[in-house]
Amino acid sequence: MNAGKFTNTLQEESPSIELTGITKTFPGVRALSEVSLKLYPGKVTALVGENGAGKSTVVKVLTGIYQPDAGKILLENKPVKFFTPQIAETNGVTAIHQETVLFDELSVAENIFLGHEPKGRFGLIDRSVMFARSEEILNEIGANIDPKAILKDLGTANKHLVAISRALSIDARVVIMDEPTAALSQKEIDELYDLIETLKSQDKAILFISHKFNEIFRIADFYTVYRDGQMVGAGEIDDVSEPELVKLMVGRDVNQIFPARERKIGERVLEVVGYEHPTEFSEIDFNLRRGEILGFYGLVGAGRSELMQALFGITKTSDGSIKIDGAMASIRSPADAVDNGIVYVPEDRGKQGAIGALPIFQNVTLPSLSKTSQNGFIKLAEEFKLAREYSERLDLRAASLDTDVGNLSGGNQQKVVIAKWLATKPKVIILDEPTKGIDIGSKAAVHEFMAELAAQGLAVIMVSSEIPEIVGMSDRAIVMREGRIVAELSQLEITPESLVSYAAGIREYVT
Amino acid sequence: MTQENKLIIPDRLRSPLEQRLKSWESLLMLVAITIFVANSFASPYFLNAWNLSDATFNFTEKAMIAFAMALLIISGEIDLSVASIIALASTAMGAAAQVGIGTEGLILVGLTVGLMCGATNGVLVTRFGLPSIVVTIGTMSLFRGISFIILGDQAYRGYPQDFAYFGQGYLWWVISFEFILFIILAIVYGIILHMTNFGRAVYAIGNNPTGALFSGIRVNRVKFILFLLTGLMSGVAAICLTSRLGSTRPSIAFGWELEIVTMVVLGGVNILGGSGSIPGVLIAAFVMGLVTFGLGLLNVPGIVMSIVIGALLISVIALPRLWSVWRT
Repeated sequence: MNAGKFTNTLQEESPSIELTGITKTFPGVRALSEVSLKLYPGKVTALVGENGAGKSTVVKVLTGIYQPDAGKILLENKPVKFFTPQIAETNGVTAIHQETVLFDELSVAENIFLGHEPKGRFGLIDRSVMFARSEEILNEIGANIDPKAILKDLGTANKHLVAISRALSIDARVVIMDEPTAALSQKEIDELYDLIETLKSQDKAILFISHKFNEIFRIADFYTVYRDGQMVGAGEIDDVSEPELVKLMVGRDVNQIFPARERKIGERVLEVVGYEHPTEFSEIDFNLRRGEILGFYGLVGAGRSELMQALFGITKTSDGSIKIDGAMASIRSPADAVDNGIVYVPEDRGKQGAIGALPIFQNVTLPSLSKTSQNGFIKLAEEFKLAREYSERLDLRAASLDTDVGNLSGGNQQKVVIAKWLATKPKVIILDEPTKGIDIGSKAAVHEFMAELAAQGLAVIMVSSEIPEIVGMSDRAIVMREGRIVAELSQLEITPESLVSYAAGIREYVT
Repeated sequence: MTQENKLIIPDRLRSPLEQRLKSWESLLMLVAITIFVANSFASPYFLNAWNLSDATFNFTEKAMIAFAMALLIISGEIDLSVASIIALASTAMGAAAQVGIGTEGLILVGLTVGLMCGATNGVLVTRFGLPSIVVTIGTMSLFRGISFIILGDQAYRGYPQDFAYFGQGYLWWVISFEFILFIILAIVYGIILHMTNFGRAVYAIGNNPTGALFSGIRVNRVKFILFLLTGLMSGVAAICLTSRLGSTRPSIAFGWELEIVTMVVLGGVNILGGSGSIPGVLIAAFVMGLVTFGLGLLNVPGIVMSIVIGALLISVIALPRLWSVWRT
């Protein structure tokens, strides 16, 4: 509340863990440059920064995955070195990662205790203790999951709860949460907040990494801001305002208002009639016009991604038809979809979006190889030309066009995926959670770019779980619930209230 | 992200020449030269044109398959049935020769059997989504099994006279038909892998099959074609080998699949898929040929030779890791 309390806290309590002067260099990049970070017992410290600011790197230093080139880690004022992730774990540092590393074929309990299983006689795993402890931990975080269930049978949200349970199964002093809410629905997020309160009451120090400011201001006690691998600010959350934090993050003022644009909605380009899937969705009818941004809103598990992947030829439908520019089209593979001018920017960039071990230019030209070749023979100069054109259009940041995509930051990888599709000159572009996990600066750039695409006559489908994004960007919005379209809202009807109430089934849509 | 300071991104940071010099292929070339020099000191019979020409037969037939296998392994699949395809194709040719079919007909039979076996593997892997290592271990027994049923402990002989040309003929002086075919196939596969859209798709699939599928690549079609090509090359090798030996037994080319995979891996192809090159496999073929030939001249027994080959394979799997550490 006031500066006095802040200094008191500092004097009374020494940090659970403290990083000072940490530097980490990779070939060609200085990921961290003499950064520091303090985490206090029973307090939540929010680490904020744009993509590529060094947040993930510092987490990896904290958990022993990376060794810093310089700097010290002090655990309760004693210097320590985390040579391996195991050493970090035995010292009570645990992390819930952005992309959780779990094992699909193992049971929930085995996942929770992997690497530190309770041992019984002869050093064998004591399964009954393991199941009982798992049940305890799962209950503690309010997760209704059978510890004997096999992980692959769980949904995304439950898998995340297992990951959290795994982090809590060791006697942790420091809990790192790297974008823990990214895959969760609002109800689950609320449960996570309760859990964080519990952890705070147990005097655990929590590092909370998030791009969502409402979360940060709700849950955090302190903040630390990184920018381009340097620490640019830290303090008590009550002493800072949202615009100030944003300014620290990006080093400039960001216009957070969605881009204003002139809407030029053209003729109908896509028409979906009676799309059916045995389990994921049914009775899907909608159409899309040139220059239009159609938002798809729904809770996690409403079937939006599955529907989009069906339009893109990945998921097989059991019934229904699709018309493009008024002509029936048969889409049975992504290659068919691309040929018909439908492209899809997936949510899972790492696995589905880009090919990490191939260079940027090869990723960009992959679906357009017929354009950069003659009779099937690659023309390298043409490839570089096409890749350069679209990389520059998207303002891609990279050392060179033959850099492997895997070495780029998340935001830049997303740009490569979008560049890849624009190079095919599509009619319909489907963006699945296009700004998930990317920072405010890049977010605004993606929004602007989306508006630009629509203005150029492209039809855009935007799947998003972020209400402001749907409200700010869509010309029309479709709300899905349990695999069905429950509402189709015109621009004036799109309000946070209407979206939420249709998605949750509180309100029925009447045409 | 601001408009005013748009970056100009260079195409490349390192020149293609520098990349080539620091590549696995260059290291392998050094190994080949070293072995060549060592051999010529170790045995006075080594530097003889006819001896060297004879030595090429140690690897040309295997290498023909290795080129296609390289593409298959880069795409993340494998075909362990290649040696059994040789056996089946050779048996079919022998049976055809028995009923008086001429040389052209025999070639057609060999190639067709190769293609059909490749298609069988391809369908099982791409249609039914089975892992290729399991499928081809199965067809490895199946194809050779058919050959055993047909031949038992018998052998087919009596191939037409002009059929001998493919395995025994010389185009000019010491340059054999087989050697020229091997060089041509190296060039053809080098072009396919390194200069065509198809080759690019192979790399993309090997690196990330899901990403390739989501990029509009017809993943299964590419894989099916690769199995067809590997089968076809096994048919070609069957023609050369049968012609060279002049007879077919069901045990023909026994154990070749591992030597072929060794050759591919020695050539720098990642056994897990995603990377590798045809020049690498080409040099690896020479390295393996020179090692076996050199050891043969020194009267090293066959069992020691297989120990050397085994050691070569293991060090080759370890070396790329040390190599990539050294390079960065």
